[in-house]
Amino acid sequence: MTTARKANGSQAEVGTQVTFLEAIRQAMYEEMERDPAVVLIGEDIGVYGGAFKTSEGLLERFGWERVIDTPISESAIVGAACGMSYLGLRPIAEMQFIDFIVCAFNQITNFVAKGHYLWNAPAPIVIRGPSGGGVHGGPFHSANPEMYFVHTPGLKVIYPSTPYDAKGLLKAAVRDNNPVLFFEHKFLYRRIKEELPAEDYTVPIGKAVVRREGKHLTIISYAAMMHTSLEAAAELEKEGIDAEVIDLRTLLPLDEETILESLRKTNKCLVVHEDTKTGGIAGEIAAILCERAFGDLDGPLMRVTALDTPVPYAPSLEEYFLPNKEKVLHAARTLAKY
Amino acid sequence: MKKALTRQQYLDLYYFMRLNRAVEDTMVKLFRQNKIVGGLYSSLGQEAVSVGTAYALEKKDWLAPMIRNIGALLVKGVPPRDVFMQHMAKYDSPTKGKDGTSHFGDLENLHIVSPISMLGDLIPVMTGVAIAGRYLGQKIVAMTWIGDGGSSTGVFHEGMNFAAVQKAPFVLVLENNQWAYSTPVKRQVPLENLADRAKAYGIPSYVVDGNDVVAVYTTAKEAVDRARNGEGPILIEVKTFRRLGHAQHDPAEYVPKEMRAYWEARDPIALYENFLTAERLLDANNKKQFDEKIEKLLSAERDFAENSPLPPAEFAAQGVYCTGDDCHKVAPKWERPIAEVTPPKSSVPAVWTVKGFGSGKASGGGSAPIHFGDTEKREEKSKDTEVPEAVAETIKAPAQPRPVKSKSAKATPKKSAKPAVVSGKSSARKARR
Repeated sequence: MTTARKANGSQAEVGTQVTFLEAIRQAMYEEMERDPAVVLIGEDIGVYGGAFKTSEGLLERFGWERVIDTPISESAIVGAACGMSYLGLRPIAEMQFIDFIVCAFNQITNFVAKGHYLWNAPAPIVIRGPSGGGVHGGPFHSANPEMYFVHTPGLKVIYPSTPYDAKGLLKAAVRDNNPVLFFEHKFLYRRIKEELPAEDYTVPIGKAVVRREGKHLTIISYAAMMHTSLEAAAELEKEGIDAEVIDLRTLLPLDEETILESLRKTNKCLVVHEDTKTGGIAGEIAAILCERAFGDLDGPLMRVTALDTPVPYAPSLEEYFLPNKEKVLHAARTLAKY
Repeated sequence: MKKALTRQQYLDLYYFMRLNRAVEDTMVKLFRQNKIVGGLYSSLGQEAVSVGTAYALEKKDWLAPMIRNIGALLVKGVPPRDVFMQHMAKYDSPTKGKDGTSHFGDLENLHIVSPISMLGDLIPVMTGVAIAGRYLGQKIVAMTWIGDGGSSTGVFHEGMNFAAVQKAPFVLVLENNQWAYSTPVKRQVPLENLADRAKAYGIPSYVVDGNDVVAVYTTAKEAVDRARNGEGPILIEVKTFRRLGHAQHDPAEYVPKEMRAYWEARDPIALYENFLTAERLLDANNKKQFDEKIEKLLSAERDFAENSPLPPAEFAAQGVYCTGDDCHKVAPKWERPIAEVTPPKSSVPAVWTVKGFGSGKASGGGSAPIHFGDTEKREEKSKDTEVPEAVAETIKAPAQPRPVKSKSAKATPKKSAKPAVVSGKSSARKARR
């Protein structure tokens, strides 16, 4: 493991704090070391190391056949990754920005996602890339397109919030026999650090986690907004409101049990996500709670989400568009009064 | 047609063309008896294309058919019952009733990738198959087909361009049957020869008479050999004609009668029978033997198919996900030393070398600047981007700069790199155990 990190061109070694970005690179590096069936395919991922440097040093170590720079052709990237997987490879396809994943929408939703159901053909590929706003990337470099794919049976959709989870879930995704979409919130890339275990580990796909225990209300979130939710929970504590915070980590399949268990304890639920409101995962969670725990609800399910608009560019506009701690606090205080 | 094949090869081509037509004739009967669940698409008059091209492949090679390539499936080893059962949505069909027509595959034995209805998607997929085969040292060729209409899709271009850049061992058969549903090729593509599309990718191409099975086969064989030898992808335009409508429902009255008559007079099986007879490879006696063999086979295959049940209803809810190794074992078949693709042997200087100009530099390491959100700088900047009061007042929960720093970080800017996660760290740790 130590050599892995050194050869990776990173400063991180055992015992040091590792960024979210570095955790992802380590996951890819270590999976490529472990299994020669793992290959990378994407735009500018080789010599340049990726627009965000997530594949820095991998071409140098694993060579041209395993780190494949492609033309600007997202459908070809996904299609080729799928074809490679049919011969037993486990490609990791990078979308330079996850916004561009919609250029491969047909290939993902019609070809890749339906293969196992229709003709018994598993496609063990990972499609990953930087997502999310808050860095003023504008309307085409800030998207949270996860729900297009959560609505597609046959895919798994992961959206982690910590370096530990990012590494463990990416490794689990590579080893999974299904197509996995892996969203990396770019706001977190170099903002958060964590000490990671030296040994190999995975984090199970499809399991949410309780990040903070509480008894008055449940805040459900994921990715960057998980941190905003935790900050809000710390603030609420001072006001005597004890909030539980759940990090979904995987959106498809959704861990309904962890959500229900928490709701049965707190009886109130607030969902915070950076995705836009209409058709966001909050609506799905609301439906699940109504179907399965209606009698346990002591208040309405509340949502704090981005506005139903494209992501605007100007900082003042984007900050207005995005959820933030104040908005979470406002909703939580309202909910607590029920 | 000129004579260059072995007697067995000539007769194989004949058998498979006859079988292809007989299978489809049988399905027309089944369709008229309402035994076919969905649409029925015909390759009448195009049998030489499917059979001649697929016959050029070796057993280990991979193919992905389109809707009118039943013949290619038969050549690759698919039993006719599978084709019948697919169309009849039977539980014993390759997709167990989950999809119809030629939409099925076999990764393990026959190396067939299933098509989907969205045209062109197979081109990058089969490029990936070809690249993976090369990576594993298998020396395979991947082949797929596309129509004149399908050649106008965006993913056709993405796939061909990528295949060309990668020099993938891939053969694309562009089956120009002159009609894309009801639209003639002239309104689809402003080219006399669709093979000219290959020029855009800098790859070799052929134009061949699609109703001459020997010409189709010899051209495909040459292309497959070249691709296998590392020459990169090759495009073959096969000129033919769709004799029936888009599917059974379509009488295709938009096609001029004279055009149909012209091509009916050039039926690929009739032409080939003339050739075989002239070359003394076929006479009335062995023709009768072929008739009997095919009739006997299809009668049994059809019985089997008709007796297969429909899938149980609750089967609809099963099989969306692979459940792991007990469901599918995903393992590549290596036919080259793994040491070649693992360090230290795999290691290379990560630089671009431009002919005549030498090499650029390697990338700047893990702390190099990244596209958007190099956070330290951004955080400094965000201080100046407080939301104007006027805007803040208009919303219930006032917008603020995205909170990223703890209070202590605010007081001591040096620690501004301290992550937001710190606040939730202890609980995060606890939770994961």
